[in-house]
Amino acid sequence: MIRHLLSGADLDADTATQILDTAAEMAAVAGREVKKLPALRGRTVVNLFYEDSTRTRISFEAAAKRLSADVINFSAKGSSVAKGESLKDTALTLQAMGADAVVVRHPASGAPHRLADWVDGSVVNAGDGTHEHPTQALLDAYTMRSRLGRLAGLSVAVVGDVLHSRVARSNVLLLSTLGAKVTLVGPPTLIPVDIAAALAPGTDVCYDLDAVLPSSDVVMMLRVQRERMNDSYFPSAREYARRYGLDGPRMNRLPEHAIVMHPGPMNRGMEITPEVADSSRSTIVEQVANGVSVRMAVLYLLLGGNNR
Amino acid sequence: MAYPTAAQSPPPRQPSVKVILTSADVQRVVDRIAHQILEKTQGAADTVLLGVPTRGAPLAGRLAARISAFEGISVPVGVLDITLYRDDLRRHATRAVGPTQLPPGGIDGMRVILVDDVLFSGRTVRAALDALGDLGRPAMVQLAVLVDRGHRQLPIRADYVGKNIPTALAENVKVTLAETDGVDEVRLYGEEPAR
Repeated sequence: MIRHLLSGADLDADTATQILDTAAEMAAVAGREVKKLPALRGRTVVNLFYEDSTRTRISFEAAAKRLSADVINFSAKGSSVAKGESLKDTALTLQAMGADAVVVRHPASGAPHRLADWVDGSVVNAGDGTHEHPTQALLDAYTMRSRLGRLAGLSVAVVGDVLHSRVARSNVLLLSTLGAKVTLVGPPTLIPVDIAAALAPGTDVCYDLDAVLPSSDVVMMLRVQRERMNDSYFPSAREYARRYGLDGPRMNRLPEHAIVMHPGPMNRGMEITPEVADSSRSTIVEQVANGVSVRMAVLYLLLGGNNR
Repeated sequence: MAYPTAAQSPPPRQPSVKVILTSADVQRVVDRIAHQILEKTQGAADTVLLGVPTRGAPLAGRLAARISAFEGISVPVGVLDITLYRDDLRRHATRAVGPTQLPPGGIDGMRVILVDDVLFSGRTVRAALDALGDLGRPAMVQLAVLVDRGHRQLPIRADYVGKNIPTALAENVKVTLAETDGVDEVRLYGEEPAR
């Protein structure tokens, strides 16, 4: 069993499938009278968030609490980080407090990997810079599997700002491990050269959204990350929306069964129109609910046994 | 004084295997438990059978089938996975979680009969009782087991016992069922040879 979850590449097909199967059982807890399991009683999970986040932090918090773990939330604002404490010193503090797992979000790519060397507990990457966000990829895979019944052989189009997207990177790694075929779609300025070959062989790149839609089972729209846009990657928001935004007419070109996903938060009117976001093909709200189940499965598999 | 060499020392004892119940015996025992359930529950009204995986689940299904064959009553059957309620989770590598399926009517106000293959320390049943408490509030909980081998570590007893098998702690009772292992049998394995 793995000790940390830092990258979508940490998971082989068996482990990833085990997480998705466990998540399916965890999902049943949400419909029960007592929405709590005793599996992680007496374990401590620290949410270490150096970047703003609502859904991921709340999702991890709910997941840990449903498994009866103690949760400590740490956000960089209003902590000694604001006084200049380094990541290492913060890590050693958490270590001294006996954290069994550290869920970390950090603006620097690779920060969770460094953290994993400094603490004895498990480290879960909840998004590091423009690098990876493996639990998002797991919940996306879970959502696809529950909507479409399988992952092997699915055609998945990942559309938008691939350059800055940790969601895209983790999804490409995980989905190709699980046998889906991923096509990266976006303006050439936002798709790094050779990214497909570097991440997973078999991944395609296409600069024309309309060419990809008719053969896609899943369209995953990425958020245009304005906070990371320091250069002009495209002429204007309107032009981006025109060429790469998913609107009603484009959605109608998808196969009957195809679903539309978005990791949130959405820029309505930019990469996705409200008409599409609120349609029955959209799984955006489902993804949030599935996030809790998948994170419960991850925490259980990392902390449930004597895996250290 | 020569030390005994490997050649001189007695060969290690083979672990003994004894068949306690044959396939026909298992069938008879299941029939009897089904009759006892009907008798003790006045016709199995408001009763739910919950099997504890792995082998309690097919046993619960068989009991329901026999009850239905004897009296034409259909008793709801479910599966109760207790993995996340075990008290030894931390002593082993992470265990895979199995499915829990409650019958559509639920368990609130019902007589729940837990079904398992072997009753030994009682810890599995303790975990099952905790799990039940989180799933609803049954009116009553009873326990049916194919084999009771003794050595309880908790104050738990079964309401329906297929066969009492007095065992030594070092011995091992293994139940196999057609659904999970291809054949119905209960075997008693003797002490492992000392090494």
